[in-house]
Amino acid sequence: MKIIIVGCSEVGQTLAAKLNDDGNEVTVIDVQAEKVRAVSSRYDVMGVVGNGATQATLQEAGIENADLFIAVTDSDELNLLCCMIAKKESDCHVIARVVNPAYSEETAYLKERLGLAMVINPDFATAEEIARVLLFPSALKIEPFAKGRVELVSFRLQKDNLLVGLSVKEAMSKLKSKVLICTVERGEEAYIPSGDFVFAEKDVVSIVAPKREAKEFFTKIRYKGHSIKDAIVAGGGAITHYLFEIMERSGIAFKVIEKDEALCEELATRFDKVTVINGHAGDKNLLVEEGVSETGAFVALVKGDEENILFSMFAKEAGAEKTVTKISRIDYDSVLSKLDLDTVVCPKNITSDIILRYVRATGNAMGSNVETLYNIIPDKVEAVEFIVREGSPIVGKPLAELAFQRNVLVASILRGKTVIVPRGQDTIEVGDSVVLVSMGRSLSDITDALKE
Amino acid sequence: MNFAMIRRTLGFMLLFLAIFLLVPLVTSLIYWEKAGLSVLIAALLAGGVGWLCILKKPKKREIYAREGFVIVALCWIVLSLFGALPFWLSGEIPSYVDALFETVSGFTTTGATILPTGEALEALPKCLLMWRSFTHWVGGMGVLVFVMAFLPLSGAGNLHMMRAESTGADVGKIVPKMRQTAKILYLIYAAMTTAQFLLLLCGGMSVFEALNTAFSTAGTGGFGFKGDSMASYNSYLQIVTTVFMLLFSINFNSYFLLLRGKCKDAFNAEVRTFLLIVLGAILLISLNIFLTEGYGYGFAEALKDAAFSVASVISTTGFVTEDFNLWPTLSKTVLVVLMFIGACAGSTGGGIKVSRIMVLCKGGIYEVGRMIHPKQVKKIAIDGRKLEHEVVRSINAYLVAFILVYVISLLLISLEGYDLVTSFTAVAATVNNVGPGLGAVGPSGNFAFFNDFSKLVLVFDMLAGRLEIFPILILFSPRTWKK
Repeated sequence: MKIIIVGCSEVGQTLAAKLNDDGNEVTVIDVQAEKVRAVSSRYDVMGVVGNGATQATLQEAGIENADLFIAVTDSDELNLLCCMIAKKESDCHVIARVVNPAYSEETAYLKERLGLAMVINPDFATAEEIARVLLFPSALKIEPFAKGRVELVSFRLQKDNLLVGLSVKEAMSKLKSKVLICTVERGEEAYIPSGDFVFAEKDVVSIVAPKREAKEFFTKIRYKGHSIKDAIVAGGGAITHYLFEIMERSGIAFKVIEKDEALCEELATRFDKVTVINGHAGDKNLLVEEGVSETGAFVALVKGDEENILFSMFAKEAGAEKTVTKISRIDYDSVLSKLDLDTVVCPKNITSDIILRYVRATGNAMGSNVETLYNIIPDKVEAVEFIVREGSPIVGKPLAELAFQRNVLVASILRGKTVIVPRGQDTIEVGDSVVLVSMGRSLSDITDALKE
Repeated sequence: MNFAMIRRTLGFMLLFLAIFLLVPLVTSLIYWEKAGLSVLIAALLAGGVGWLCILKKPKKREIYAREGFVIVALCWIVLSLFGALPFWLSGEIPSYVDALFETVSGFTTTGATILPTGEALEALPKCLLMWRSFTHWVGGMGVLVFVMAFLPLSGAGNLHMMRAESTGADVGKIVPKMRQTAKILYLIYAAMTTAQFLLLLCGGMSVFEALNTAFSTAGTGGFGFKGDSMASYNSYLQIVTTVFMLLFSINFNSYFLLLRGKCKDAFNAEVRTFLLIVLGAILLISLNIFLTEGYGYGFAEALKDAAFSVASVISTTGFVTEDFNLWPTLSKTVLVVLMFIGACAGSTGGGIKVSRIMVLCKGGIYEVGRMIHPKQVKKIAIDGRKLEHEVVRSINAYLVAFILVYVISLLLISLEGYDLVTSFTAVAATVNNVGPGLGAVGPSGNFAFFNDFSKLVLVFDMLAGRLEIFPILILFSPRTWKK
């Protein structure tokens, strides 16, 4: 697929790297020559220096032959303008990154009137992810598949959990649960565990389970969970705004600490139930005063990554039961995982995941389609959901007979409304929605998972 | 430093060399020549060593700028070391240094030879003559670019290799994927070579002659197979060759743009300047030799020979129809200047490159302007596009490095004590990849009389000229090899 990306900031770079890895022909555009040079010399993509909202630059980037146009500069208005011009120049699909709540409320209008294929709001997507975690705090991450019927849940094994010291086989026969163990992270290594893999404390385990089963599973393994009644949010930016909107009826009592007075007033006007505090989240006394030690969850959403990490670590130490930390630069994730930060969200990765999912789905004409894509462990393990179409070579055969690649796992099959946690004798039928977990390779079609 | 990846890439390149050697091998079968045996041995050696190199898969596949440059430089050196084997093993060129000189001259598309012109050259086995011309074709567009077009080498590091191997200051891709770019460039290259081959056949050349000439012209190399280079061919063949020498010295991106229907972009400032220089030089030289007494040229003949020589020198090919060593001083000087200007960036030609000369000249003019308005801020623009400071800086640095290499080589060559014209143009003809110079190394002479040391200096110059100085210089920096 021929793809043009406007904007070489973090999201643009991540996208360029991942889309290029998937075998697409990527051209990046940015006004800053050094940014373009950095991207085009690191990845096998072409760079064009210029304003992505001018026809000449788009021509130079080959807009007439492009299949997909993605505008992810830091400016909403520029992104929309780029997309409008791109749409006039060719009939490619266009995706715009739009952050400002004023515009993103009109998503439907933008999509219809400007012909946008997708309006992506990284802040909103991040808020959604945080909301999911707050509603199910035992998990580090939750990702819904199959329209929410199946969930992929990651959690860190605690000391007295039943699983610790058991092998996968023993655990499964003991628990008799409809849950499938997908991946285990231990330090920097990731595994798709076989039957005799033995769990240890502090392993991060990801499971795929039908929605209700996951909670049951946690009780069975004696996982110390809790439900959250109140939360403190540091920083009152766009993500916070969206988070409150999503969680308005959740029953969680939110408290937000924001140093900017105008933002505080805005939040206070919009959300009656939220306690808005005008102060600096870095003020330790203020945090203690506002009850960081008793809070159910602490969510760090200020601008700087370092501050967020620091606040979360302090909150954790003070006694907050759950912390959520927003980080823009995820490059150092191996270090972060050692910090015991509970949940880490990265808007950049969430954005690129959503766009990648779209690209793989549209770039796919064969038997099945990518519905959802989720990086369980960034750059290592991903879970992909496919809808199986007529004519796919895997239909009707028992899984045990299909020759899957190494490090590929069929994690769940959704047929109609029933969720099947697959075993060897199960088959995949037309219309099923199948979740595959794969390590070290990206799948864009279900047949990619088979041995050649 | 990822030595494993360097070894692997070298291995692939040697395997490709073994495949390239099939061309002279087939020639030797057709003409049933004994020298074919030495070609076969060389091919087996290259293939065997190459195969050994790729046996073990490297653990880490990432390569960065440093590895990219080192790979390119080493590839060209190893390629020449193995490519020289057929000449040496067959005993046609008894000294290995001579054989190496000849091969480097081939791959770098220089065309400088240690073989005597005249009948001795025509007595050489046909398969070796074919190999000489074919090395031009392979070296013209770049060996690694060829390897890249066919093999999926590791991702991003490729760009560094292509940058190092392609000519010109600012190497860009024409389509997003490196492999695709390499394929398109080679397709254009092969199509143009075929076109020339067919046109030459129409003019009455034999298949062997037409192939040789087409390979030599395409790479802008200049190895001939006749004692008098192109002199004894008819005007039609000479004119076809003139046109193609010029075509091959134009940026290949322009042809791609033409194919895409973007005529205006194809005739960019560099191409226009190049054509202007060519026209000016042809007029100047033809008038000079026509008006100077004692040469006896008719105007048409003067025009034709001047055009051929200008095309041959500015494209850095080095074919000859007339011994320009005997021309008036003005004409000779113009030709020497053309040697340094060279072809367009992104072509198969050598020299400093027209685009660099343009930037350097504009920079000089702006500098004068700054003397008058010391605080003026102005940027150099080519085709209405402002150049980044980075690009201008790298071009200035290139010129300095070029002059340094030139001066040091000239000093080393002068140790032998030949006259200044010979020494000066010997270095000019090799570092610019032209081939023949003036004086003793003029069109009717050759490079055989230099001693081995001087030949090795010139070998270095040819490689440095073809790879545009820095990839070769990087090999000599101790920091390159530090862990």
